[in-house]
Formats: sequence, structure tokens, C-alpha cells
Amino acid sequence: MTETPPAVEKVDPIAEAIDALLEKYPGAVSHDNRQGYEGVVVEASKLVEVATTIRDELGFDYLANACAVDYLDDGYFEMVYNAASIQAGGPPLSFKARTARDEAELPSLVGVWPGADFQEREAWDLMGIRFQGHPNLRRILMWEGFEGHPLRKDWKEPFYEEEAKPFSSRWPDGHQIRSEQKNPYGMNVQYPPGFAFEAYESEADPATYAGMGVTVQQEGLKTGRMIVNMGPHHPSTHGVFRMVLTLDGETIVELQPVMGYLHRNHEKIGERNTYLQNMPYTDRLDYITSMANNLAYAIAVEKLMGVEVPERAELIRVLMAELTRFVNHTWAIGFLLNDLGAFYTPALYVMNERELILDFFEATAGSRMMCNYMRFGGVFADLPERIGGVVHDDHERMRSYETMAFLEELIFERMPRFLDQFTDLLVQNEIVLTRTQGVGILPPDKAIAYSAAGPVLRASGVPYDLRRADPYSIYNEFDFDVAVRYNGDVYDRFLVRFDEMRESIRILQQVYPRLVATEGQPIFGGKRAYQVRVPPGESYGRHENPKGELSFYVVSNGTPNPWRYHIRSTSFINLTGLSEMCRGHKVADVVAILGSIDIILGEVDR
Amino acid sequence: MDSDEIRDPYDPNPVPPDLRNNVVLARMEDLVDVIYDWSRARSVWPMFFGLACCAIEMIATGGARYDQSRFGMEIMRPSPRQCDLLIVSGTVTKKMVGPIVRLYNQMAEPKYVLSMGACANGGGPFKEGYNVVDGIDKFIPVDVYVPGCPPTPGVAAWLYHAAQAHRGAVDPYCALVQAHPVGRGAGSRAGSRPHRPAPRAGDPSRGAEGHRSAAGRR
Ligand code: SF4
Repeated sequence: MTETPPAVEKVDPIAEAIDALLEKYPGAVSHDNRQGYEGVVVEASKLVEVATTIRDELGFDYLANACAVDYLDDGYFEMVYNAASIQAGGPPLSFKARTARDEAELPSLVGVWPGADFQEREAWDLMGIRFQGHPNLRRILMWEGFEGHPLRKDWKEPFYEEEAKPFSSRWPDGHQIRSEQKNPYGMNVQYPPGFAFEAYESEADPATYAGMGVTVQQEGLKTGRMIVNMGPHHPSTHGVFRMVLTLDGETIVELQPVMGYLHRNHEKIGERNTYLQNMPYTDRLDYITSMANNLAYAIAVEKLMGVEVPERAELIRVLMAELTRFVNHTWAIGFLLNDLGAFYTPALYVMNERELILDFFEATAGSRMMCNYMRFGGVFADLPERIGGVVHDDHERMRSYETMAFLEELIFERMPRFLDQFTDLLVQNEIVLTRTQGVGILPPDKAIAYSAAGPVLRASGVPYDLRRADPYSIYNEFDFDVAVRYNGDVYDRFLVRFDEMRESIRILQQVYPRLVATEGQPIFGGKRAYQVRVPPGESYGRHENPKGELSFYVVSNGTPNPWRYHIRSTSFINLTGLSEMCRGHKVADVVAILGSIDIILGEVDR
Repeated sequence: MDSDEIRDPYDPNPVPPDLRNNVVLARMEDLVDVIYDWSRARSVWPMFFGLACCAIEMIATGGARYDQSRFGMEIMRPSPRQCDLLIVSGTVTKKMVGPIVRLYNQMAEPKYVLSMGACANGGGPFKEGYNVVDGIDKFIPVDVYVPGCPPTPGVAAWLYHAAQAHRGAVDPYCALVQAHPVGRGAGSRAGSRPHRPAPRAGDPSRGAEGHRSAAGRR
């Protein structure tokens, strides 16, 4: 079931919307006049009103991103919102609100877009902006009681060396100094003597439990309500993720996700790194789709730099992104079934296919999983001539293939065949049907309100795919449909992935002949350099990752390091709707629902 | 196994040379330990516990191509009570290190820890982060370190013991048991591991120090 979304109109809807806003709120809304910036700046006191107008009257009903930027020198925090239109598509309208650095406070937009919930909590946690009217403003990634707000520019981590890389101690002389030697404590973590991990209970737990609606145990044989913790070590959570459930018998009354167990300070490290140094870090966001993450970051920075990407590089990028999408969706389905009880068998089939695609990645990029392949202006290397023999030289049994022949067989035979087989086996499977149909329903209006993205959004009947809605790279040159399903339950989220894989194969089959035709053409636009020159400004590069919208918000001030490096992470924001989906279902369904959202903790916690 | 391995130098009845590779003379308790070590080394049950990116490669090792069940390791259990190997597969954060230590403490003896990837070994690419712990070995004793980011499943990375067995040539035991044989008391890593009780065969009056198994002698 596929549907072509309405065509994008030619008039510039952003300029129109800005004009309408300026007219309606004279004084409260003004152009963002800084060089390289777009959108409008909104007076904090009018923020909720303006946001409601943007949503209801101007039609930008989907809050794609909300993040905070610390302008240390100017003495204010800025909250950046990007709202897009589901109906019309096109780029998002960006509007900003400012608050002084001390006593930072802004009105919360959760009432307008519930999808702002986690993003505002993150801004509070990492940047220290208080949101008035937020229903549950507590730390989300760090723990309650953590000192300071780490993403502030004047906050220094324990292993702090210098503001920006490359550190002068190591470059250009190349001295190696271990961070432990620079830190007076030698370590970045210390526990008081006699600290017992067993006895320790997080300070945040009582507060979490308090909001969970547990009543006093009832008399007699009636079931009382109780709180159950799932995770952080639980096989169904696909990583270190914790859910606190209030149960009435076996029925879920309330659910709260607790995250941050894999918060690796990506953004803080990213702001110390140079632009290019961040590329390998993006691999480690959503570690199944590293190629696509690279692409997302490259798009954001290229938008600032304004480099041209040659055709062959774009083709290779699309090839990689779609192969990644295939890998991700098969993996998601395999592990959804794993959660449903088909322990490991479908996953084993999935891994077989994955290995083949990873062989191709390894031969091309040099690494199986962490590819670090895209560059600003192209890709790192052209496709190799042969696959297999190069990488596994000492493996006698490993044959080597010609790359293009390998790809041809993969794209035209192996992948469609695997998909057909997988569809035959799974789609009408009785157990899958009974376990997934009607479970975890997310209606379309809620999906939009919660800023869900990717397959989760499209399974709810919203045909919104950035490859069509806000095209990037060369996706507008390919013929494909946006997969969409209408029930919004686990089964539809499961099916929509099959549809998307079919569309991916369709795209790949169009890419292949063009790859053959462009053999030998340049794969890099502009000059290769260790340090790219990025003009000052902001850029919000949107990209449809397999799991949904993965975008980077980058602010440059002209130095070799990004001033702000924010990741709009799909997995994180998709979780906003989790408790809505789970309420009223049984404990066993939570596992299926979480599996169908398909989160990766590296991206949730960053 | 070379019979020299087990033969006691003071044994009044040495094995005649022509019988060397066919006969094993050993004390009963030594032999039981050997068999015990051997069988345990070949049925290591890792914990089904993924931390970060490395976990994906850990799972891939269970797939058909790398097939860890060759080593009797295919049974991965989520419960720490049923496992003997904790694979720390990824970045350890300050928020997560507590639960990891708890999981380790809940495992039954004898237990081993494999630190997989740069992050678990020493912080890895995220070491500078404010929430990242620079190495799990500061909190629990680690037996085997596997380098890589992530270690590929193919390069005998954490299918380590195959490689270990080839290099050692004489010792068929897996690296884990070499690193910490049954009842050997203080571990190989800077004495970080306290003496731990392990089920032992033979005379209980023989202390851990006097214990000699084929693995222990190396
Ligand atoms: S070592 Fe590399 S692959 Fe493994 S968890 Fe750390 S960053 Fe991820």
C-alpha cells in the first residue's frame, strides 16, 4: 500500500509564513538578521501564542526539532524550534526564543506540541533552561543531583584539556599525554569509601515512582497496583534502557521511560572536535545505520559550506543509504520477532544478509560497522574493484568478487529473493498476527503531535518521508513511493518496513545502471582538506534515516570547530509516544511495542 | 595432551617412553580438575547483555558466519545467575557502571569478564566525555581484553580462545581459564581478584596455593 504525497508548491511558503507572523505580531516577532541565519526570533512572553499560530493557522503542524544553543559571548541562550508542514512538505520554519544566561527560563511548548516534552527536558538537563509549565521537568540523560549543566559553554568536563581540538600539546608535534595525567584526581569518576553498589538507590527513583499513580494495596484478592522496573539490563530493551511501569494486575496503567544509561556526551565532544573529526562519531549514534548517519551530518555541513557534490558521489551515497535502510529494517524485523518469542531464528536469517552488505561496506570504507565514509563534498573513496579477496586475504576459502557483479547480484536477485521469502514466512504468520494486530495503536494526529518520525509516523497513516517531502541528495531523480499504512499498530509498523525495503530495492535498481554509467567520474567536489572552512551561520540538515528523521543542527562561528552541534535523534523523540501506545496493554505487549518503534540506545542517549 | 604435563617428577612409576602419548598417569584430583576445566572452557555461557555498538558485533558473532556455538557459547542467558561470562560490550557510563557491578556480583562463581572494545577497555573514543568511565577494569576484574572499535567478529577477536590455543600450542584451554584457573586464588591482573571459592575435587586440606592443575601450572 503506497501513496504519492501531494507535490511541493513552487511559492516559498517559509517567506509567506514569516510575513504573516510579522504582520500578526508586530514587535514580538522579528527577522533573525544574523549572517547565515534564517527564520524569526520570537519574544519569550509571546512564544506559546506564536507557536499556536504557527501550528494552527500557518499549517506548520509538525515540530521537527527543538534544541538550545548557548551564545556565551552575547549572554543568552537561544531555543531553536523547527516546525514543518506535513501536508505541504518543504523545509521547516525555524523560530527562536531567547533568555538571559542566568535565571534562564522560557515557556514550555508541551501544550502546543507534546513532542517537545523530551526535547525540553533535554534542554533543561544539558543546558539549564527552565521551562515554565512543563509537566515533568526533570533531568533526562544525567541523574538527579548531577552538578551543573554540561552543554553550557563554560562547563568543563573532568578530562578537560582545551576548548577546541586539535589540542596544542598533541599537534603538530604529536605528543601523547593521557588525560588521567592532566586531571588532579587521575580519574573522572570516584566513589566515596565504603560505597556499595548494591545498596545504592538513585535519588531520582522516588520522584519517578511518585508520579506513577500507585494507590494503597487493596484488601482481599483484588490486584493492587505495583511498580515494576524493566531494565536497564533487560533483553527486550535492545540495550540499556529502562522503563518504569505501573501495573494493575498485568495491565499497564502508566509507563515512564528512563534513559541516559548510554549518554556518551556526543554533543559536548562534538563541539570540541573539528568538523571532520565528528564524522566517525556519527557512526556511533545509531550503530546499525552508520552510513546514513554520515550522510545526515555531511548534508548539514555541506549546506553551510555550499559545496557541490558530484553525481557519482551522490549515487554512491544513495546506494549506501538504501543498503543501510535494508539492513536496518531487516534487523528491526528480526529483533521484533525475537521479542515476540521467535528467539533468534529470524534474526539469524537477517544476519546472513547483513553480512553480505557489510562485506561490501568493509571493502569500500574499510570497516564493517563504523564506516566513516562520507566527506563534505563527496565520499571518501570510490568503490573498490573487487570484494572479498582484498579484505580477507589470508582466508583461503573466501572467494573474491568483482564489486559491480557482486552488487548486481545483491540488488537484483539476492535482496528481492530474501525479501519475498521473509514476507512469505512472516507476514501471514498466525502468531505474529495475534500478537501484533491492534496492539500499541498510535493514531495519526497523535503521531504528528508527538513528533514521531520514520516508519512509526508512516504506519499511522501519515505519508511523510523526507526523501519526498523535503528532498535532499538526488532522491528527486528516482522513482519510488512513500510507504504508508493506516492502522498505526505494531503490525502496521512491521509491514511498513517491508514496504520500505521494497522501495529501497526499487531505488537501488535505478542507482545501479547509473553507477555503471558514471564509472571513473570524480567522487569528490572541492578540495580535500583536513580542516574544512565553514562560513558562520546555522544549518539544519534534514535527512530520512531508516528509523526516521535524523538531522543535525550545526552552528558555525567561522572557527574550525562547530559552536553548536546538535543531533535531532529519531529514536529519542519517537519514545515520547511510548507511554501513550502502551497504556491499557499487557506487560508482554510492551516488549512488542518497543520492538516496533525500533530504537537504538546509542541514538537515544547520544 | 603431553603426559609430561601431568606426571609428577617424584613419581616412582614413570611412564615408559613408548607409552607416552597413550597413557596418562595422574592424581585423581588433578585429573578431575583437568576435565572440569576442559568442559567448562567449552561451555561458557555468556550473558545476553548488550551495552553499546559492540553489542551488535557480539550478536553478529552468534550468527551463521561466525557461529560462536562452535565453542559451546551459543547459549546466552539474560539472567546473571545462569552465566559464567560477562561481556562488557560497549561504553560504560557513570550511570550504568552501578548496574554492571551489580550484575557481576550476582553471577555465580566461577565467573569471567571479557572487556570488549576500546570503550570498555579504557574509555575509547568517548573517553573525554563527562559521563563516560575510562575502563570497566577500575570496577570489576577483567580477564580478557579485546581491542577494536568494534572488534570484528571475524578476526578471532573475541573468539579468542581458538587463537590462544594455536599460539600456546600445548594448552588447549580457553584464555579465560588460563587467566583464572579454578581455585588459583589471586588473579592474573595485579592481584585485583580476591580468592574465590570454586568447587574443587580432591583433598580439601590442600590449599589453593598448593593446587596444581594442568592449567594452573603455566
Ligand atoms: S569500542 Fe567503539 S564500537 Fe565499541 S562501544 Fe565503544 S565506540 Fe562503540
